[in-house]
Amino acid sequence: MASSDLLATPAAVTSPPLVNDLSIQVATVNGSGSQTANLVLLRSIFQMGVPVSGKNLFPSNIAGLPTWYTIRANRHGYIARKKEIDLLVAMNPETAREDVLSLEPGRAVVYDEALKLDQVRPDITFYPVPFDKIVAEVCPDARLRRLVRNMIYDGVLAHLLGIDLAEMDTALTRLMKKKAKALTLNLAALQAGFAYASEHFEGRPVPFRVERMRETHDLILIEGNGAAALGCLMAGVTVVAWYPITPSSSLCETLIDYLRKYRIDPDTGKATFAVVQAEDEIAALGMVVGASWAGARSMTSTSGPGISLMAEFTGLAYFAELPAVIFDVQRVGPSTGLPTRTAQGDIAFAAGLSHGDTKHLLLLPASVSECYTMAMQAFDLAERFQTPIFIMSDLDLGMNTWMAEPFPYPEAPLDRGKVLTEQTLAAIGEWSRYKDVDGDGIAYRSLPGQFGPGFFTRGSGHNARAQYSERPDDYTQTLDRLLRKFESARGAVPEPEIELRAGARVGIIAFGTSHWAIVETRDQLRDEDRLETSYYRLRAFPFTHHLDAFIDAHDRVYVVEQNRDGQMLGLMRQDLTGTRINKLRSVRHYNGLPIDARSVTDEIRAHEARMALPPETSAEDAIVGAEEAV
Amino acid sequence: MSTPVVPTPPKKVNRIGLEPATYRGAKTTLCAGCGHNAISERIIDAFYEMGVDPTRVLKLSGIGCSSKSPAYFLGSAHGFNSVHGRMPSVATGAMLANRTMLGIGVSGDGDTGAIGVGQFVHLMRRNLPLIYIVEDNGCYGLTKGQFSPTADLGSTLKNGVVNDLPPIDICALAIELGATFVARSFSGDKKQLLSILKAAISHKGTCMIDVISPCVTFNDHEGSTKSYAYAKDHDEPVNEISFVPFFEDISVEYEEGTTTPVKMHDGSTLLLKKLESTYNPTDKLEANRMLHETARRGEFATGVIYIQPDAVDFLTLLNLVDEPLAVLPQGRTRPSRQALEEIMDKHR
Ligand SMILES: Cc1ncc(C[n+]2csc(CCOP(=O)(O)OP(=O)(O)O)c2C)c(N)n1
Ligand code: SF4
Ligand SMILES: [Mg+2]
Repeated sequence: MASSDLLATPAAVTSPPLVNDLSIQVATVNGSGSQTANLVLLRSIFQMGVPVSGKNLFPSNIAGLPTWYTIRANRHGYIARKKEIDLLVAMNPETAREDVLSLEPGRAVVYDEALKLDQVRPDITFYPVPFDKIVAEVCPDARLRRLVRNMIYDGVLAHLLGIDLAEMDTALTRLMKKKAKALTLNLAALQAGFAYASEHFEGRPVPFRVERMRETHDLILIEGNGAAALGCLMAGVTVVAWYPITPSSSLCETLIDYLRKYRIDPDTGKATFAVVQAEDEIAALGMVVGASWAGARSMTSTSGPGISLMAEFTGLAYFAELPAVIFDVQRVGPSTGLPTRTAQGDIAFAAGLSHGDTKHLLLLPASVSECYTMAMQAFDLAERFQTPIFIMSDLDLGMNTWMAEPFPYPEAPLDRGKVLTEQTLAAIGEWSRYKDVDGDGIAYRSLPGQFGPGFFTRGSGHNARAQYSERPDDYTQTLDRLLRKFESARGAVPEPEIELRAGARVGIIAFGTSHWAIVETRDQLRDEDRLETSYYRLRAFPFTHHLDAFIDAHDRVYVVEQNRDGQMLGLMRQDLTGTRINKLRSVRHYNGLPIDARSVTDEIRAHEARMALPPETSAEDAIVGAEEAV
Repeated sequence: MSTPVVPTPPKKVNRIGLEPATYRGAKTTLCAGCGHNAISERIIDAFYEMGVDPTRVLKLSGIGCSSKSPAYFLGSAHGFNSVHGRMPSVATGAMLANRTMLGIGVSGDGDTGAIGVGQFVHLMRRNLPLIYIVEDNGCYGLTKGQFSPTADLGSTLKNGVVNDLPPIDICALAIELGATFVARSFSGDKKQLLSILKAAISHKGTCMIDVISPCVTFNDHEGSTKSYAYAKDHDEPVNEISFVPFFEDISVEYEEGTTTPVKMHDGSTLLLKKLESTYNPTDKLEANRMLHETARRGEFATGVIYIQPDAVDFLTLLNLVDEPLAVLPQGRTRPSRQALEEIMDKHR
């Protein structure tokens, strides 16, 4: 506890520190090796049982541009990005001033002494640290100093925040298991930082503190891409084709590691999988489609630019009725600028990808656990419905570190869908490739080299017997059956998670990573505005029948998403009737950063305030208003 | 009354007991006289004569008149008419899924040399076991006759438009990129094309076969360098091909010095007898030199231009299990409970 009789800094902290409720931002230059230090900080808080999340806000660059790592520790379990930074670690001379100026009054800054930041403003608690001097003492080899320098701030923070140094030791040892020399140097830097802080900041008031809890017991820490890779592994994927792109690369890279370790046939030493780094995303999806045509479970992973290139093959797979599992780890818009920032901007594009009449299944994971389970579901659904399916992850989910319960072993057998075998043929009597024998729009397919006759696979021009046809009635029948199939999928995709609050007039619909902000927003609205809200967490497209009932049960429903145009709301408009559409309000977040609760709360509050006024604005105006407010 | 019993002549069958009709496909919808039809005929002959089971064949194509043709041969095989220029990727995926199949892809000069040149390049690099045929008419047949990237400099369209860009030599490109069997032929040369196709069936790796295949509707006029007349006059066979399949029990004799014998993957023997030139078809540099020299003379070399029978193919490189990946049971593709536990522990 801070004692108040000590020398006060300009922003003297008099109240007791906030326990287990803070956001830390580490501002560095990318390529400076801060990753280890940041992960150690994150892990040590996690090991102390405190709910935590870590988000890397990084530039599209290999070395030299500003990068920020934010950690949020919260005793209530809120792990969305917090809009305000409580404790800044300013290591980047380029951005330090601006970073400090953007803080709210009363916050704290640990900084490299040489930056002289304490001159910048008086209402902040500053902790200057002579990084160069300390690193020179612990690391005699000047060439290695850059790599261990950042561990010093971990030591300083351990002291300031009360993080157990032993936990940092453990976290560091775990990360550097195989690099004994680096470990020794880093441990020394960590301890030196701690020692420096003990000597110079002992007794100085610190506005925040980390104390042990038991909220993370037996949880794991994992990135969404790693979790998705694990899902693919457990789904028994056999053909993987991909083209590198941030933020999706680590999905296939992790998958490759798993496959090499767990999918080598023990008897022959041969691979039960094939991975190809394709020449581009067109080829990647082409390989997936070719492989699934020949009966393999195949997948690819990409981001928006790759999705753009996959448009033609996606349409072909839709019409030829071939499974394809496609991960879209979404990022911001085209080309240079913000490709390393997060968004939910591919929703509308993916849902209707390709030319002609096409619609696709989308799964919407909100957590690392869902990256894992939905990866497995995606393979089953793709094969069951013989169609492409997109798993709409995003950079925030895919590349950042999240807590989760350990993943359960999948108990259900793989669903390989309707494949023609001796048994299925006996059951259906007579076979035609595109004949809807079961009334669900899904026909049986024969696989090359396996049971049943061959047939010629084409795009749009075929009849029920897979013969070439340009007849209007054949084409219409194909389109109508595809639609029937899509309708059948409504009943098979993951259902929403709905939380109805008694008496709530207001509903919120969100999906994917927005979920974490919504959890907190709902509490904020309840605590600060006494506004109770119900929640509908959408988990798939097409929408299920639950949507109508949810909208009917509320006066207003806010659809929250991380894009400019309300893409999901747009898809809902296509499905819903007028009265229901009129109840929808759009809340949109699109600045490249992960969505935060405060922004959503403020916006819903502003809307609700307008609702309380005499009715002068129509629902349409309210939607436009949302756009301006974001 | 009894009708005299006329003994039915024994049906003609191949070595696996299948009749020629089994190797046919749907009726062609291409123009009468189109070179592509002649190529389909040779494919039917080659697969029949080699005794390949059509149900063990994957037929793949992109988009174009040429790409339609897989529907017109081996009707009982699975076929896939994919999208323009992207057959290589589909073929790659399909062969990865089922390595026990024999893959044959048909493309056009536009499908390969223009929109699909990127995928073509990478297919050649990978040496995927696949017979890859370019039905080369120097134009886009299906979109009504525009120039393709294999049109020769100075060649004209029917309306007199002159091609003022140099052609891509698909064979030279394939050799440069790593294809292990590169041949060129002419749809009108039945004997040569048949031998090449049979040898291709015996090869393990990418067989790139560029077949000059005139488009009678859009590119068979005077002034075109891909017309029947022009092809007949400028076809320069570089070797005389004899193919002795593995199942024919005859001793292979050949003239030392003038003939290069090539032992194929399946045990067949390919005999390449030198004609005009003295080059060695197993030498990449010489093969390329020969292509350049014939092109400089305004001729096109035909025959087996380059062959490397024992290079590592893509499926071998990937160290795949022997069975098709497509049929591996769950027990072999879903790791154990312990494996997941181990991974979870790493994240605790
Ligand atoms: C993406 C795309 N662009 C353009 C076309 C139109 N198109 C169809 S066939 C073709 C050219 C085919 O030429 P080639 O491959 O030489 O085949 P050929 O008809 O001459 O046998 C083109 C441009 C298409 N189908 N897809
Ligand atoms: S247009 Fe030309 S390439 Fe096409 S089918 Fe007719 S002759 Fe053949
Ligand atoms: Mg052509």
